Amino acid sequence: MFLRFLLLCLIFALPARAEEVVAGLSQNRVSITANFDGSEILIFGAVKREAPLPEGPLDVIVAVTGPSQPVTVRRKDRRYGIWVNVDSVIIDQAPSFYAVSSTGPLSEILSDVSDLEHRISVERAVQSVGTAFATDNPQDFSDAIIRIRTDKDLYQLIEGGVELSQDTLFSTSIDLPANLIEGDYTARIYLAREGEVVASYDTVIDVSKVGLERWIYNLAHERPLIYGLLSLFIAIAAGWGASAVFRLIKS
Amino acid sequence: MQIYLPIAEVSVNAFLLLGLGGLVGILSGMFGVGGGFLMTPLLFFIGIPPAVAVATEANQIVASSFSGVLAHLKRKTVDLRMGTVLLIGGLIGAALGVQLFNMLKSAGQVDLLVKLCYVVFLGIIGGLMFFESLKAIRRSKVPGALPTRKKHNWIHNLPVKMKFRTSGLYISVFPPLIVGVFVGILAAIMGVGGGFILVPAMIYLLGMPTKVVIGTSLFQIIFVTAFTTLLHATTNYTVDMALAVLLLVGGVVGAQIGTRIGAKLKAEQLRILLAMMVLAVCGKLALDLLLQPSELYSLGAAGGH
Repeated sequence: MFLRFLLLCLIFALPARAEEVVAGLSQNRVSITANFDGSEILIFGAVKREAPLPEGPLDVIVAVTGPSQPVTVRRKDRRYGIWVNVDSVIIDQAPSFYAVSSTGPLSEILSDVSDLEHRISVERAVQSVGTAFATDNPQDFSDAIIRIRTDKDLYQLIEGGVELSQDTLFSTSIDLPANLIEGDYTARIYLAREGEVVASYDTVIDVSKVGLERWIYNLAHERPLIYGLLSLFIAIAAGWGASAVFRLIKS
Repeated sequence: MQIYLPIAEVSVNAFLLLGLGGLVGILSGMFGVGGGFLMTPLLFFIGIPPAVAVATEANQIVASSFSGVLAHLKRKTVDLRMGTVLLIGGLIGAALGVQLFNMLKSAGQVDLLVKLCYVVFLGIIGGLMFFESLKAIRRSKVPGALPTRKKHNWIHNLPVKMKFRTSGLYISVFPPLIVGVFVGILAAIMGVGGGFILVPAMIYLLGMPTKVVIGTSLFQIIFVTAFTTLLHATTNYTVDMALAVLLLVGGVVGAQIGTRIGAKLKAEQLRILLAMMVLAVCGKLALDLLLQPSELYSLGAAGGH
């Protein structure tokens, strides 16, 4: 029943799609090596049309989202003269990385309804469904995540970052900071006209550790005892080695 | 040169880590403290996740203490017998401490308790050492004044007496055993080697000579922190090998330099320097608790460690 409903929706939706996004990325893989220091991803594409150019201005929004994890946000307050954590809220979905680049200010090019539906702005991406309402003002807590992560360049809003030429070709670049975590990052591209999303496209960017980084990480998680002993062995060997070197220098 | 740490999952400057390791290594060699009480907060400050910082620091202390203890063994300033008694207590204490830590964690507020522990213990120990050393220095300036010999008090006369030849003591095994347990508990809760508590406890409670105290505390710290490292590696997967290697390369070199500086300084001078450093760290942590933080909110992994 549900499937049939979906199918119907699809059939009715298809003819309305006068414009389509065709896009590419400078890289679909980000390899975290020992000297990884961030990366820049170029996202570019074109708008494919089979009908004449519709009325009104065209806007492009590009959003890159990192893997989501539940986050505990704690608030400090003054108790007995010292600052202590007094309450906490668990935000069950907050992306570890989120960057939005667009042709103009989001408030002007995207309606609230479309934003809510596609979860485009940072505020919508962090909004959680089942927030534990242990406090009177849960909004302060999701604002705090956005503020703290924006300071670390993990959340970016680049209004005017997408260059659009002749309503057809667009491009933008997203800076991935050095403190990335592993996982599948999604790049979503939206075409908007008068606040409504008219077409979208999404693709996956695979961010993963490689080489020595990969080996150490796997060993630590799959053979923790051997890893622990190896860490100790390396530490003690280095300690003894340096001591021996100093003895040689002295004699 | 930036380096990406595989377990911590952050990118930091390799030379910054080498420098931090070296600095803390010098202090470790000079005073016989593991340096964890300085390094752990420094690692938080440069953005290493607290769980990784605490676990990796334990691993790094093993290395910096190892080269230090080798230097002390050569100078025959390690009381192996006393060290073993302290170690047995320390292992029992560390196991108890981990249990206590988990109980506090499930009750919440573990961060606050750790910080309060730091402020209280660093304050008491730093203050006591500072005034004691001042008095000792003043005494040594008065010509002809007799240095007070260590007095035996009632705890030394408990049963099961043992001869500690290197320290020149004939006391009950219970005081060092209890000191070991206590330091083990605190070390597990505060995520440090515990040298800054062990050293004054050995001087003031057990009445050991200062020159023997440093080597012996390093000996005990090595085994307790090695045990802690294995516990963290197998339960929380938070030991970062790359971070530990960078810190210890700096730390090992620093410890060698520190041991040589320490051998040249007088015991009273060493003690007053250590006291001032302990008080400085205590003051910084106390200010953090008393002043309004610029960011009232903090993030943590939900349900994580």
